[in-house]
Amino acid sequence: MNNISTFIRKEFLHVFRDRKTLLMLFGLPIVQIILFGFALTNEIKNAKIVVCDYAKDAASQQIIEKLKASEQFEIQNTLLGHKQIEATFKEGQIKMAVVFPANFNNDLLHKNKAQVQLITDASDPNTATTISGYASQIIMDYRNELMLLQDLPYQINTEMRMIYNPELKAAVNFVPGVMSLILLLVCVLMTSVAIVKEKEMGTMEVLLVSPFNPFLVIVSKAVPYLAVSLINLTVILLLSVFVLGMPINGSVLLLYAVSTLFIITALSLGLLISNSTASQQAAMLISLMGMLVPSILFTGFMFPLENMPYPLQLVSHIIPAKWYYIIVKSIMVKGLGFSAIWKETLVLFGMTLLLLVVNIKKFKIRLT
Amino acid sequence: MDTVIHTNKLTKRFGDFVAANEITFDVYRGEIFGFLGANGAGKTTAMRMLCGLSTPSSGTATIAGFDIYKHAEEIKKNIGYMSQKFSLYEDLTVLENIRFFGGIYGLSDRQLKEKSEQLIETLGMKSEGKKMVGSLPLGWKQKLSFSVAILHEPKIVFLDEPTGGVDPVTRRQFWDLIYEAVDNGITVFVTTHYMDEAEYCNRISMMVDGEIKALDTPAKLKQRYSVTSMDEVFYELARGAKRSE
Amino acid sequence: MRTLKFLLRKEFKQIFRNKALLPMLFVVPIMQLLILPLAADYEVKNINITIVDQDHSAYSQKLISKIMASGYFRLASYATGFNDAFDDVENDRSDLILEIPQGFERNLIRENEQQLYTAVNSINGVKANLGGTYLNRIIADYNADVRVEWVQMPKFNGLPTIEIVSSNWFNPTMNYRFYMVPGILALLVTMIGAYMCALNIVKEKEKGTIEQINVTPIKKYQFILGKLIPFWVIGIVVFSMGLFGIGWLVYGIVPIGNLLLLYAYLLVYLMAILGLGLLISTYAETQQQAMSIAFFFMMIFILMSGLFTPIDGMPQWAYIMTQFSPITYFIKVMRMIVLKGSTFSDIKSHFLIMIGFAVSLNGWAIYNYKKTS
Repeated sequence: MNNISTFIRKEFLHVFRDRKTLLMLFGLPIVQIILFGFALTNEIKNAKIVVCDYAKDAASQQIIEKLKASEQFEIQNTLLGHKQIEATFKEGQIKMAVVFPANFNNDLLHKNKAQVQLITDASDPNTATTISGYASQIIMDYRNELMLLQDLPYQINTEMRMIYNPELKAAVNFVPGVMSLILLLVCVLMTSVAIVKEKEMGTMEVLLVSPFNPFLVIVSKAVPYLAVSLINLTVILLLSVFVLGMPINGSVLLLYAVSTLFIITALSLGLLISNSTASQQAAMLISLMGMLVPSILFTGFMFPLENMPYPLQLVSHIIPAKWYYIIVKSIMVKGLGFSAIWKETLVLFGMTLLLLVVNIKKFKIRLT
Repeated sequence: MDTVIHTNKLTKRFGDFVAANEITFDVYRGEIFGFLGANGAGKTTAMRMLCGLSTPSSGTATIAGFDIYKHAEEIKKNIGYMSQKFSLYEDLTVLENIRFFGGIYGLSDRQLKEKSEQLIETLGMKSEGKKMVGSLPLGWKQKLSFSVAILHEPKIVFLDEPTGGVDPVTRRQFWDLIYEAVDNGITVFVTTHYMDEAEYCNRISMMVDGEIKALDTPAKLKQRYSVTSMDEVFYELARGAKRSE
Repeated sequence: MRTLKFLLRKEFKQIFRNKALLPMLFVVPIMQLLILPLAADYEVKNINITIVDQDHSAYSQKLISKIMASGYFRLASYATGFNDAFDDVENDRSDLILEIPQGFERNLIRENEQQLYTAVNSINGVKANLGGTYLNRIIADYNADVRVEWVQMPKFNGLPTIEIVSSNWFNPTMNYRFYMVPGILALLVTMIGAYMCALNIVKEKEKGTIEQINVTPIKKYQFILGKLIPFWVIGIVVFSMGLFGIGWLVYGIVPIGNLLLLYAYLLVYLMAILGLGLLISTYAETQQQAMSIAFFFMMIFILMSGLFTPIDGMPQWAYIMTQFSPITYFIKVMRMIVLKGSTFSDIKSHFLIMIGFAVSLNGWAIYNYKKTS
C-alpha cells in the first residue's frame, strides 16, 4: 500500500505541475457561478420596440408613455407606417412593434371597443411570447385604470406562496446544475485524457510492468482528480453561500458524502473511456461530445425534462448527473435527509458498481 | 578545406542559465563531426541553434555559407535534421512520409517516385512501403528517418543521438548509411553517447557544462590524455562537470 | 503552392485515416443537431399540480376541470391535506399545490369574497413564475364566469375593452425549434473548428513532429494554411449537412435569406474561429492543456452567446462581454438570414466586425506562433 501512495504522489505532481490546465480546472467553476449568478437570465429587460401610431390621440399617447416608463421596454423609434416594420425586424435589433389604428381613442370611448396590434419578431418565440405578455399587461392596466375599478362582487383572491425559493433566485436552480456539470467535466474528461496520454506516450507500459496490481496503478491516476473535484465542490459551495446568498439547508456532511459517490461514478466513467480509446483526441471527443453535451441536456437544469419527447426522457435515466442533480436539490434547497434521497443514491451506487466491474473486465481482457 | 559550419562564440542563455557558452568551432566538408558530452552538457541546445530551431543569445555562425540570423530559410534548404525523438508521422505510411518530406523540400514528382523506390530498396523495406510508420520496429524507424533527412541531398545533416535504444546490429547498419551519405558528399554532424561510435568520427568535440573542452581527432585526443580508449577520454573530461541530469 | 499541396494532402490523409475522429467530425454533430432541438425546449407546459379540495362542491369541481382543460397542467394527485400535498412537492412528483378551502362555494356567495391557496415549487424560478401566472389567469377567468353566471350585470356592458391582436412574424406557429436549430448548428460548427484546429496543431507539438517540420524550408504561413484549410473545408461540409440535411429535410426550416450571403458570412466566421483555435494552440504545450483552455473559453462564449438565454436581459458588463465573442454574432446572423431573410445591408456591420475578429485572432496567433524559440 505504501508503494501505491508513491504512485499517487507522482500523479499529484503531474496534475499540479501543469499550471495552465490547473488554472482552467479551478477557474471554470468560479466563472460559471459568476456567469450564472449575475449575467445569465431569462428575464427580458430593455427590449427594443417600435411604435406605429396611426391614432396619435390621447389614449395612444398615454399607453406609449406607460410602455416607455416600464423597465421591460425601450422604445427605439416611432414609425410612420406598417411597411417599415418588416425592414426594422430584419435589421435584428427590434423585437416588437406596437400598432395603434386610427381613431383609437374614439373607438375606446364611444364604441367601448378598441384594438391594439402587437407584432412580434417570433423568430425567437420565447422572447416574443414574453414581451407580448408584458405589453398586454401594460395595456390591460391602462384599461383597468379607465374603468376606475369599482368593487366587483364575488371576488376570488389567490394567495400564492413560493416554496423553497421565495425570491425566485435563478441561483437556486443552477448551483446544483453547475455542481454536477463541473464535477462530471473534471472527472470524466481529465481522467480519461490523462490515462490515454500515458498510453499514447508509451509510459503506460513502464507502469504496467511494475510489481503492483496494474488496475491499482490506473486507479491511482484518478485520485488527484478526486481531490481537485472536492476542492471545486467546496469552492462552489462557498461561492453560492457567500456570494450568491444561497444557504445549504440540509446536512453538509451528507452532501459531501453523496458528492464523493458521484465523483467516483464520474471517475469510473472516465476510466471506461480511457480503457476503450487509444488516442487523446478520441478520448476528448468522446468525453466532450458523447458525455458532456448529453449531460448538460439531460440533467434537467437547463431544459425541463418533462418537455422532452418520451424516448429522450428515458435516455435521461442513464445520465448519472440527472440523479445527482436531484439529490443536490433535495439536500441543499429542500433540506431533506437521507431518507428522501436513498433511491437516487442507490441508482448512483449501482451505476458506479457496474462501471467498475466493466472496467476491471475490460482491463483484464486487454492484459492477456 | 571547405568550411561548412563555422561558429564564433555562439551562446544560448535561458534566464540565468547558460546552456551553451561561447562555442567556437569549424566543421569541414565531407567529415563526420562527433559532438560529445554528458547529458545536459548543452549538445542539443547547440545543435538546435545550428538548425535554426532556436535563436542564439549572442555569437555568430554560418551554415553552408549562410548566416544563421539573416538566411535562416536558405539554411533550412541545405540541411537535414533527425531529432532524438522519432518525428516522422506515425499515422502515415512509409511511402507517404517519404513523399511528404520530399515534396516539401521541392522534389519534383519524378524525383519523388525515383527516390522513394530507391530508398525503400536500399532499406530493404519493399514489403513495408504501405505500412503505417507507427507499426515499424524502432530500428527501422530510425533508419527511415535518417534516409528521409537526407532525401533532398542536403549539404549537412544533423543527427541528434540517432542510435539511442537500438541493437548493435542495427547501429552498425545505421553507420553504414552514414558512411554512404558521406561518400555522396554530405557532411555529418552527430551527437552521441556511445564511445565506440565516437571512434567512427573524423573529429570530435567534447562539451562540458556548456563549453567545448576539447576538439580533435579521436587518435590525438587519446594521445593527449595518454589513454587507450575514448571511454577514458570522456571520463577524464566529463568528471569535472558540475551539471548533469 | 507545391509545398501547400503536400501539406494539405498530408493533413487530409491524417484526418480521414483517424477512425476515432471521423465519426466525431461528421456523425456526432448531425446526431446532436437531431436531438438537441427536441430536448432544448423551454416552453413551460405539463406543470404537475396537486389539488387539495376541501370543499367538494360543484364550484370547486368546475374550477378543477377548468384548470385541467387549460392544457398547461397535469394532475399529479388529489391530496387530502396540505401536508400530503407537500410530500408530493418534496419528492418532485408535483410542482404546484392548489388548496380549495372548506366552504369555498358557500362563503363565496355569502361573504362575496373567498380565498384560494396555492404553493409553487420555485426552485426553477422561471417555471414557478409562469406556472403561477397561468394559474392566476385561469382563476381570474373562472371568477369572471362565476360573476356572469350569478349576476347578469348590465353595468359590465358599459365598460371599455381593448382587444389585443398579436401577430407573430417570421415564425407564426411559434415553433421553438426554428429558433434553436440555426443556433445549435452555429455552435457545432464553432466547436469543430476551434477544438479540432487547436488539438491538431498541439498534437504535432506533443509528438515532436513539429520539430521536423521546423527544420524544413516550410514557411510559417504555409504550415498555418495547411492546418486551417482542411478544417475550413470540414466546417463548410458539416454546416451544409446540418443546414440542408437536418434543418431543411428534418425540421423543415427553409432558409428565407440569400444562401450566398449566409455562406459568405460562414467563410469569414470560420476564419475567425479557426484563428481562435490557432491562437489556443500557440499557448498550449499538450493536448490536455489545449482542450482545457479551449473548453474554458468555449463554455463562456457559449453561455454568453444568446443561444439559450437572451442577451438583452444581461447586465451592462455582461452585455459588453458578449460583444467580444464571435459566436454571439454568428448565432445572431444565422438566425437573421435563415429565419428572417435579412439582407447584406442588414448585417453589414456584423460582417465588418467578423472580418475584424478574423484578422485580429489570426494576426495574434501568427505573431505568437514562433518557428524558433
